[in-house]
Amino acid sequence: MGRTRGKGGDMGFRAGTGVFAFTLVLIVLAIGFELSRQSMDSLQKFGLNFWRTSTWDPVAGEFGALPFIWGTLYSSVLALVISTPVALGIAVFISELCPAWLTQPLVFLTELLAAIPSIVYGLWGIFVLVPAVRWLETSTPDWLRQTPLFSGPPLGVGMLAAGLILAIMVIPFTSSVAREVLKSVPLAQREGAYALGATRFEAIRAALFFARTGIIGAIMLGFGRALGETMAVTMLIGNNPQVSASLFAPQYTMAAVIANEFTEAADELYLSALVEIGLVLFIVTLIVNGLSRLLIWSMARPGKPRVFVSTVPAAESAA
Amino acid sequence: MSAVTGRRLTSALFVGFCGLSVLMALVPLAFVLFFVVSQGIRSLNFDFFTQMPKPVGEPGGGMANAIVGTLIVTGLGSLMAIPIGIMSGVYMSEYAGTRFSSAVRFAADTLNGVPSIVIGVFAYGVAVLPFKQFSALAGGLALGMMMIPIIARTTEELLLLVPSTMREGALALGSTRAGAVFRVVLPAALPGIITGIVLALARIAGETAPLLFTSFNNRFFTTRLTQPIGTLTVQVFAYAISPY
Repeated sequence: MGRTRGKGGDMGFRAGTGVFAFTLVLIVLAIGFELSRQSMDSLQKFGLNFWRTSTWDPVAGEFGALPFIWGTLYSSVLALVISTPVALGIAVFISELCPAWLTQPLVFLTELLAAIPSIVYGLWGIFVLVPAVRWLETSTPDWLRQTPLFSGPPLGVGMLAAGLILAIMVIPFTSSVAREVLKSVPLAQREGAYALGATRFEAIRAALFFARTGIIGAIMLGFGRALGETMAVTMLIGNNPQVSASLFAPQYTMAAVIANEFTEAADELYLSALVEIGLVLFIVTLIVNGLSRLLIWSMARPGKPRVFVSTVPAAESAA
Repeated sequence: MSAVTGRRLTSALFVGFCGLSVLMALVPLAFVLFFVVSQGIRSLNFDFFTQMPKPVGEPGGGMANAIVGTLIVTGLGSLMAIPIGIMSGVYMSEYAGTRFSSAVRFAADTLNGVPSIVIGVFAYGVAVLPFKQFSALAGGLALGMMMIPIIARTTEELLLLVPSTMREGALALGSTRAGAVFRVVLPAALPGIITGIVLALARIAGETAPLLFTSFNNRFFTTRLTQPIGTLTVQVFAYAISPY
């Protein structure tokens, strides 16, 4: 064939594809580097106070990001609390309970939830979810409205609407990974439980317990998604920088403030403050995702194919 | 005896809860799809694809500029992501055991988890700020960065599914490693990889956050890559937050 053979050619192949692979590593490093560089102004000027104070006044050049951190954590935890039981229920139903012919359609439908663009969720949220939440808020009894968790005017937009939309958006990610993890639990685990006279619930609980690290990984993966979710939250959370415990209060998240104010940031310090928020968001999602992956990967034992941790559920069903 | 009934009851409740959670996920899905179709169908006509947007509040008009813009920006993203993604996938599956390939896999998964808004901030820093100009190219860069890890991981997984006998056959016939991969293994996995790319495209075309300050928005028709360009998603956002 007259082509380069042997070790030389193979090395060329390895180096050639390796260069492309290296760009992936490079991109991640470049993101970290670029964001740090751009946020230097703000990092130097405010230091740790940036994350401890809550005055956000671009005109006066005062930047405190505490309300955004609070809003991001609050909305993500809220989404997690709502979505986790549902997502695990779906994973169990699909992998353990439902008849075989129903598996594929259900996998497809639940993963379709991940295919809907964030902006469409936001739009739907504005026109359907927000009025529904407003109704819920106005029909909350007064004695309950006195408690800090439910105080504030019934606006519709606010933490509850954001948490609900986030929960819906996170469900397919958590449930698809949890399903894969459950699949990797040896059949003998369940058979053993049944043989000992366990009920269905008890056998599945044993399987879930066996898969616990992977399940926690799946939940964390959803958490990582919720932390960085931008458009739908921006449209529903009310965009008001305040630290409030109330589910009904309009608040703000890190991603939302970047989306709303980045193009308006006229001076360098303002821009730099926004980039710093982006940098922290990057680092936090990096840690959460890294941990979740380690947990999920630890489920795969030697001789077994590694659990496919695609964060794109739809791509997985194509495989 | 009652203990057994109790356990059975718990079990039945649990099964019921699992079924219910599937319904709880399908209800919003149906709601969203119904909402989009029922509200959108009225405006979906020939003008929508061929006309330019009218000022907010005036009826009529179309989204021609934004449709073309979305096509251009996702096209640019794919142009960048498909070669890098496929070649990285080849590397990861070919040299699966090496430490470097684990690092690449970890980088891919990390990049996949980076919030899209952060990708936008990065693309702004490297492709908008130096030129003092929002551009379709910057938007394409942001979207491409989001596609690469999806394509890379899909390619890797699909290449690993190709039976090793096919590769071994090629090697036994005297093929080089590159020849075995590009002429035998990759073609065998190609249909699946293309499906993966199409899915990645579909997901990326719906992205808004990374485009807000890269390709920005443009009310006018343009195909110039160095100019700000309107896209469907950003247009929707602009309308959604406008006070009308």
